Amino acid sequence: MLKQTEGSHAVAEAVALCRPDVICAYPISPQTHIVEGLGELVKSGALAPCEFINVESEFAAMSVAIGASAAGARAYTATASQGLLFMAEAVYNASGLGLPIVMTVANRAIGAPINIWNDHSDAMSQRDSGWLQLYAETNQEAVDLHIQAFKLAEELSMPVMVCMDGFILTHAVERVDVPEPTDVDAFLPPYSPRQVLDPADPVSIGAMVGPEAFMEVRYLAHAKQLSALEHIPRIAAEFEARFGRTSGGLVRGYRCDDAETIVVALGSVIGTLKETVDALRADGVKVGVLGIQSYRPFPLAAVRAALQGAQRVVVLEKSFCVGLGGVVSTDVRVALSGLQLHGYTVVAGLGGRAITRASLERMLKDAVADRLAPLTFLDLDWRIVERQLAREAQTRRSGPIAENLLRDVGTVAAKVA
Amino acid sequence: MLQIRFHGRGGQGVVTAAELLSIAAFAQGHHAQAFPSFGSERTGAPVVAFCRIDDREIRVREPILAPDVLIVQDPTLLHQVDVFQGLGADGYVLINSKRGFDELGVGEIAQRFRRERLLTVPATEIALKHLGRPLPNAVLLGGFAALTGIVTLDAVAHAIRDKFTGKVADGNVAAATEAYQAVSHALVEVTDAQAD
Repeated sequence: MLKQTEGSHAVAEAVALCRPDVICAYPISPQTHIVEGLGELVKSGALAPCEFINVESEFAAMSVAIGASAAGARAYTATASQGLLFMAEAVYNASGLGLPIVMTVANRAIGAPINIWNDHSDAMSQRDSGWLQLYAETNQEAVDLHIQAFKLAEELSMPVMVCMDGFILTHAVERVDVPEPTDVDAFLPPYSPRQVLDPADPVSIGAMVGPEAFMEVRYLAHAKQLSALEHIPRIAAEFEARFGRTSGGLVRGYRCDDAETIVVALGSVIGTLKETVDALRADGVKVGVLGIQSYRPFPLAAVRAALQGAQRVVVLEKSFCVGLGGVVSTDVRVALSGLQLHGYTVVAGLGGRAITRASLERMLKDAVADRLAPLTFLDLDWRIVERQLAREAQTRRSGPIAENLLRDVGTVAAKVA
Repeated sequence: MLQIRFHGRGGQGVVTAAELLSIAAFAQGHHAQAFPSFGSERTGAPVVAFCRIDDREIRVREPILAPDVLIVQDPTLLHQVDVFQGLGADGYVLINSKRGFDELGVGEIAQRFRRERLLTVPATEIALKHLGRPLPNAVLLGGFAALTGIVTLDAVAHAIRDKFTGKVADGNVAAATEAYQAVSHALVEVTDAQAD
């Protein structure tokens, strides 16, 4: 049913349509509205049977999800930012044990300095955790990816993270087609676990594994992710056949066919990039966008196939590896190894810094002219950076950086955006 | 694409106003995107929310920097926040106040825009009358419908009833209707004055 609704609410409805048996969550911005919505659906009886478990922390949320999933329940949780970090040990356990939990990450920056706004640092910190990671471009795709995620997770017996941009998507009210329950039931069969704690047929889950087999268990996790490279497009195609729209898959290009310059990105910024590309195309600049929907597994072959005809590649990412540069761009570089392409990394939107068409257009014009620095920080305020560096050069006790910069910036309440 | 920016204070339902407008636009078959300014809102702190309306999918995710319409829910913001930032010469402005632009101290700024597109409406007073609470958000949407014609009063009422029920819905619909009439009336006066 087509409705005008908040992203979080639409995702709550989508998760409910997947009939989870157990939902356990601890509230954290900007994830809160999702689990509030699910809590209401459980309380009203609209989602039944389902146990909604209030837990005391994110560590407990993931631990409960692990227990529930091991007992044969379809388990769901959601988190963001510090919450994801706080559950990190259990996040690795969920994937190491091969439990098909689905978790929404409402992407938010990681502190310090504390910041509640959007970027991809949280999910990126868990990119090597063994979870699959899918990124939504719109709220419609967030809804659709959750429905696909349960199917994918359960077919592989591996957990899946659905990443959606905090606030930008979770708090945006827009048109979303929420699927009909009968269609979701037909698409997503009841959970049939590969391993289950069943008193009638007892097994133990979670053995200590020494050097004799640890590498093999890890390799099998990798093999499963590689097999997901075939499952993900197939499930997306099945989804499209039933629901009539394209969502998910490995990668999706926009005006890439004859593009000399292709921007690679994840998540909601792809929309703003498409508008920018249309404007540049109108001026005769041959640019395109490649969205990566599946970040783990990373679709090396699909990325290479999409980019190999271009002359230059700009990876625009909301994540940053201090001491190196790009996170996504490192993976893209692996996909492009051996190809003679100009490669640029643009770090943008950290901690909620708005990514505007004007800035993207300026940056892309620089890229097309090969004037862009290999590592660029979009709209970085060099004035306050230089001032702090000067302060540190001048004074030993130069004070806390965050507080210094806030003083330099002055009041932000008077600013519109 | 039409872009509307809402300015108000935490507690005045600024984010809800943008959401309601998007629901009204959706009800009329448009694409609409509403979103808040993503701050850690506190009661009384300046809050901004945005709404875009178009006849095709809205893909852009940046804040609204060049609005077509400004709705100011709290006139005390006029001297604290640069609410007029980015507004084009043909822009609409609707301010919640029983005073005029000159009295509010923004007469000079108002000269940059078209007179018949700038109005104030006493939304707080209208809200107090119908709701018993100083919540101007839905009221101003009634005024917005009259000022711009972008959405109908019926669509605004539909949005209010989609989001609220019972007395709250009834009171807001009545208040929005009164604001619609007040603004319609004021527009006739402005047009007559310009004709003279």
